[in-house]
Amino acid sequence: MDPGSSRLGGTALTLAYDKRTIAEDLTVAVPDHSFTVIIGPNACGKSTLLRALSRMLRPSAGAVLLDGRDIHGLPARRVARTLGLLPQSSIAPDGIAVAELVARGRYPHQGVLRQWSREDERVVAESMAATGVADLADRPVDELSGGQRQRVWIAMVLAQQTPLLLLDEPTTYLDIAHQIEILDLCARLHEEQGRTLVAVLHDLNHAARYATHLIAMRDGRVVAAGEPATVVTAELVAEVFGLPCRVIDDPESGTPLVVPAARRRTTVAGLA
Amino acid sequence: MTVLRTPGGLSVRFRPRALTVGAGAALLAVGLGLVALGSGDYPMGPADVLRTLSGGGTPAEQFIVQELRLPRLVTALLVGAALALAGTVFQSLVRNPLGSPDILGFTQGASTGALVVVVLGGSSLALAGAAVVGGLGTGLVIYALAWRRGVHGYRLVLVGIGICAILTGVNGYLLTRAPLMDAARAVLWLTGSLDGRGWANAGPLLAVTAVLTPVVLVGCAPALRMMELGDDTAGALGVPVRRLRLVLLAAAVLLVSFAAAAAGPVSFVALVAPHVAKRLTRAPGPNLVPSMAVGAALLVGADLLAQRAFAGHQLPVGVVTGVIGGGYLVWLLAMERRAGRL
Repeated sequence: MDPGSSRLGGTALTLAYDKRTIAEDLTVAVPDHSFTVIIGPNACGKSTLLRALSRMLRPSAGAVLLDGRDIHGLPARRVARTLGLLPQSSIAPDGIAVAELVARGRYPHQGVLRQWSREDERVVAESMAATGVADLADRPVDELSGGQRQRVWIAMVLAQQTPLLLLDEPTTYLDIAHQIEILDLCARLHEEQGRTLVAVLHDLNHAARYATHLIAMRDGRVVAAGEPATVVTAELVAEVFGLPCRVIDDPESGTPLVVPAARRRTTVAGLA
Repeated sequence: MTVLRTPGGLSVRFRPRALTVGAGAALLAVGLGLVALGSGDYPMGPADVLRTLSGGGTPAEQFIVQELRLPRLVTALLVGAALALAGTVFQSLVRNPLGSPDILGFTQGASTGALVVVVLGGSSLALAGAAVVGGLGTGLVIYALAWRRGVHGYRLVLVGIGICAILTGVNGYLLTRAPLMDAARAVLWLTGSLDGRGWANAGPLLAVTAVLTPVVLVGCAPALRMMELGDDTAGALGVPVRRLRLVLLAAAVLLVSFAAAAAGPVSFVALVAPHVAKRLTRAPGPNLVPSMAVGAALLVGADLLAQRAFAGHQLPVGVVTGVIGGGYLVWLLAMERRAGRL
């Protein structure tokens, strides 16, 4: 896909931390109104790519384009009104209440003499309702469970009111029920609010079930990109993750389901 | 949170409790100041002090209040407010409640500058200038050493603690090189003292504080609140993280250096004022304005005690700030624990 045709993409990116190069000549496009999920083994550069797409990391070559313009040529606040990012780790200040943390997402819309408009108030209430944390509004964030806390952070990014939303491993450290809860929430934000979502996920099956567009990476390269049904094949999983597997239809959703090959078959006869 | 809105779409949001704390501490500072202006070898009542301040009174009263006591009071107010502001900024930037300039080495740098002048011999103006140069130079060195794709909290703290240890050694060495009389003067300066401070001491600090306070309070405070969420989150919300950190570090180092030039490295105010303000306001985030008011009140109160509490014997103010400030913080923490808030 041509990176010029979507709102967010990167062309010929070289991404590096100091001298350590993570990716070279990387070209990606995020289809508008998609739920794009980036997958790949550890250290394949997927989080680095997300950092570059969100302006947190300046590429040493190439450019990330937001609405056709180099993202590093745009003022920080303007980018923050178009593109929101939930990083892997955020710090909740001591004793801050849920509503107050969510309200901080309004920062790019505020000014010295415009500290708290009615619009701010409305958007914060809506964001808390959309993520199901309205009941927790006055509770200190430190007292919440991991799943609740992650929903609060997502509410904060929602309050930023950006058409593009980037999430770096939003389900890490959550138990399986909370992982599904967060992904359902993301799918709802994508379908009901028409936002473009980009997420880095570890779990291939979650990616295959929720994504409308998959980007599979290995060693800083994009190995495949497209709809999960065409991208997720046994050959691709073997190539990207080095994992022998079978791919069957998910009995719940009909999306591809990766079943890793058993290390050794033990039969009743074998045990006897 | 209370919100005030105008029909034109302007809005201001504040915490009533923070406002009360700030105003209360400021009133306390002014009240203690009036007492300080009226007390001493020539006692005056508050009414006489106010009359003299507004241009009345005898020439003798005019001289005592306007030339002897007022500059000392103004210096105390400014040093307290400037140290508290710098301390709050540092603690917030490095996300460490102990990240105050006296622990990170900036204060020791100012002392080194001053001690060099003591050893080589020089006027008190040269001493003040050298303190500023020492503080700023230390700031530059720490910033350069802590730089690695931007300056991050814990690196700054560790580098600062290292530099602080080195400078403490250097300062000890310089003291041994100074002639005995000068060494005694240097130790007094190192404790932090407001003795005999005139308008020449208050002036430069007044100018620096007048410029930097609005820069920090109006230009940087909202972004500083965002920085508490982590660099990535703040950056994603539109905060120019690196530039903001550079501006704030520069402002804080300037404030500390000029405060040290005016009164010596008064200990503990920068560390304790932000904590006292935070406990009193019970608000998350850097409580910049309440901290400044608490710092000013603390220093004026400490100086009043240092001058008057021990009949016939004046202490340097730095001796008292540690005792009062530290004691008050411990008491506040104990009360909080009893109330179940900690």
